Amino acid sequence: MNRRVTILGARSDIAMACAHAFAAAGDDLTLCARQSETLAEAAQDLELRHGGSVTLRELDVLDVDPQAFADDGDLPDVVICAVGVLGDQLLDQDNAAAIRSVLRANFEAPAALLSAYATAMEDRGSGVIVGISSVAGDRGRATNYVYGSAKAGFTAFLSGMRNRLAKTGVHVITVKPGFVDTRMTEDMDLPGALTAQPAEVGAAVLKAVERRQDVIYVRGVWRLIMGLIRLIPERIFKKLSL
Amino acid sequence: MGTQTGISGKQADLSGWGRFPRLTGRLTRIRSLDALRKALGPHPVIARGNGRSYGDSAVQVQGTLDMRGMAHMLSFDDSTGVLVAQAGVLLGDVIDSFLPRGWFPPVTPGTKFVTLGGMLAADVHGKNHLRDGSIRQHVDWIEVLGPDGQIHRASASENPELFDWTLGGMGLTGVILRCALRLRRVETGYIRQSLHVAGNLDRAIEVFEVATSRYAVAWFDCLGQGAALGRSVVMLGDHAEPEDLEPAQRAAPYDIPRRRPLRMPVDAPGFALNRHTLRAFNAVYYRAQARKAGESLVDWDRYFYPLDTVLGWNRIYGGRGFAQYQVVIPLASARAGLTELLGAISDAGAGSFLAVLKRLGPEAGPISFPMEGYTLALDFPVSDAVLALLTRLDAITAAHGGRAYLAKDSRMTAETFHKTDPRAARFAAYRDGIGARGVFASAQSERVTL
Ligand SMILES: Cc1cc2nc3c(=O)[nH]c(=O)nc-3n(C[C@H](O)[C@H](O)[C@H](O)COP(=O)(O)OP(=O)(O)OC[C@H]3O[C@@H](n4cnc5c(N)ncnc54)[C@H](O)[C@@H]3O)c2cc1C
Ligand SMILES: NC(=O)c1ccc[n+]([C@@H]2O[C@H](COP(=O)([O-])OP(=O)(O)OC[C@H]3O[C@@H](n4cnc5c(N)ncnc54)[C@H](OP(=O)(O)O)[C@@H]3O)[C@@H](O)[C@H]2O)c1
Repeated sequence: MNRRVTILGARSDIAMACAHAFAAAGDDLTLCARQSETLAEAAQDLELRHGGSVTLRELDVLDVDPQAFADDGDLPDVVICAVGVLGDQLLDQDNAAAIRSVLRANFEAPAALLSAYATAMEDRGSGVIVGISSVAGDRGRATNYVYGSAKAGFTAFLSGMRNRLAKTGVHVITVKPGFVDTRMTEDMDLPGALTAQPAEVGAAVLKAVERRQDVIYVRGVWRLIMGLIRLIPERIFKKLSL
Repeated sequence: MGTQTGISGKQADLSGWGRFPRLTGRLTRIRSLDALRKALGPHPVIARGNGRSYGDSAVQVQGTLDMRGMAHMLSFDDSTGVLVAQAGVLLGDVIDSFLPRGWFPPVTPGTKFVTLGGMLAADVHGKNHLRDGSIRQHVDWIEVLGPDGQIHRASASENPELFDWTLGGMGLTGVILRCALRLRRVETGYIRQSLHVAGNLDRAIEVFEVATSRYAVAWFDCLGQGAALGRSVVMLGDHAEPEDLEPAQRAAPYDIPRRRPLRMPVDAPGFALNRHTLRAFNAVYYRAQARKAGESLVDWDRYFYPLDTVLGWNRIYGGRGFAQYQVVIPLASARAGLTELLGAISDAGAGSFLAVLKRLGPEAGPISFPMEGYTLALDFPVSDAVLALLTRLDAITAAHGGRAYLAKDSRMTAETFHKTDPRAARFAAYRDGIGARGVFASAQSERVTL
């Protein structure tokens, strides 16, 4: 296709899987991450396997001027944000600083950065914005509501941007991957049938971009599960441990 | 949850491809050199690739290191075909990336779902061992993280001892980080195959001995008895040239029809096996007979990896798993040794199995499996009777000067191992010399005492 695809939070396994999917489709990549120099070998690998060019760019979403970052260099055709921090619910829930930093990394900073891209893409009249959010944002639960509420905010932000930009040629995609076998979940015991491999997420994101889908769940079963979870009345839900 | 020192990771099923023995232990995904260094000591660890060894070679209950997180291809030289890549790269990915540019692995096992590290550690051989040797003959250099936590580069001229013992050393000298592998130039993605029906073992051996093709392998069932013992189809193959292809194929000589993978969803009952393998064998056998000395064109995927379309086919053997038995018998006693092995199998009435026979060339490397002779490989669903049969086969192998392949072994005793492979003592001494013994150990190395 030869699109220009910018990936934010590129050291993530999901981001890397997206990089492979888009590079294999013929696209050129800009990988943005903290300690971006550690991606040098990954960049060589992407170029060697798929051809196409890969550029590395330093990015800490908590320490960047969003508009300046988005305006620096050529505006990409597709921007994908995989930045996220899971945190540790039990440690974080009573700690204001920890709550703030999880909210910032998952919601505030990605929202501000994608907004900057949205504005530039709107001026140009084309572009695709992909936000990796989470099913954790579909309903707050005791076990992960700090992270979940940040993702809920991010999900609402993405849907609002989609609505705003619907008539401009700029398309916004929300990805809710369900469980994915990545560094973030490495030490957890995840149920096999509900857990996607990063490559599945990469393929699903590529497909969503090509078909201009709005909201995707990577494994279909998650749409069903979250649909049911949202249906449970709050007076029952509050007593459940999910 | 992760601990501060030593190895993190979680409990996982660590069984090999045969799912026998069933073992669980601590599995850590290695994504960086730092993480790898942290994982060394105080408990022994072993590297694991894609878990396609059959038994317990890639298992250490106290700490198994999943190397598939270090899977970058780093450079490729179009003039020499030298690929530099990290050990976790899958062979199938190498083919996907480089066959379209005209390059193919110089040596390949019967599945593409192996890592380069696993291939090197087992010093794998293919159907072309007689012609091209094992993978070690195609490796320019390796980088190994030794028991000292340092990276050592090794080749035939630099640290040759480390190079020699690491290829075939089953992860017991250190962790292979990267390698430089010389790929083979090919002009098409197809193999010109000829099938030769052999009514018995003698005939099959004759076909192997006069064959001039690059690749040669025989399939046979163990039902044949007496004069029909070793009734088989010998399949010879060479990389096809563009002239061999149909005009339509010639336009895109590296493109092959994609096969849709099937998945074996649940453990099949043991009896499914016999029907499955027998049917596969008979299909080939009768097709070959019908065609006589006919030649055909087969694409690389069907030719080298016929089993790879059935993902998870190892589950066909049912819950208790299976054991693969692979030994090599030296050329001088091959006929007698194979006859006796096949006789014992058919006497045991253990059912009918598909067996694979290959001709191996000279021994290279101090601990690699191949030696000049014939190698026989068979799958058995595990049962007490089968385990007893395999012990009898060990005795026959030993009596004929043969030895077993560690990458397939799941049950050999230390006594058998040391008796059939006297090189083991030197390997153990080498391991002691570099301080590897307490640092790198697998369930298998502990079992066979290496
Ligand atoms: C269907 C099938 C067909 C096969 N056909 C053949 C064949 O024709 N010829 C042949 O030779 N073999 C064959 N094999 C065996 C297979 O090639 C070997 O077992 C190979 O080692 C598997 O690679 P892996 O990446 O899965 O390694 P694993 O099974 O995970 O590990 C195998 C060994 O390699 C070591 N190892 C893995 N990675 C590293 C590393 N980075 N550094 C150091 N040590 C490491 C492990 O410690 C272990 O000892 C076959 C296997 C199957 C399932
Ligand atoms: N794994 C799952 O089950 C799952 C499920 C649903 C949604 N998700 C979401 O998917 C996305 C990718 O996650 P993953 O599973 O691939 O895990 P991951 O590897 O932990 O990815 C998260 C990435 O975010 C980056 N990041 C965090 N803070 C940053 C900052 N301030 N500036 C720049 N980058 C920052 C991290 O960078 P460093 O590498 O520098 O730390 C890391 O690469 C996340 O948004 C996550 O919430 C994951």
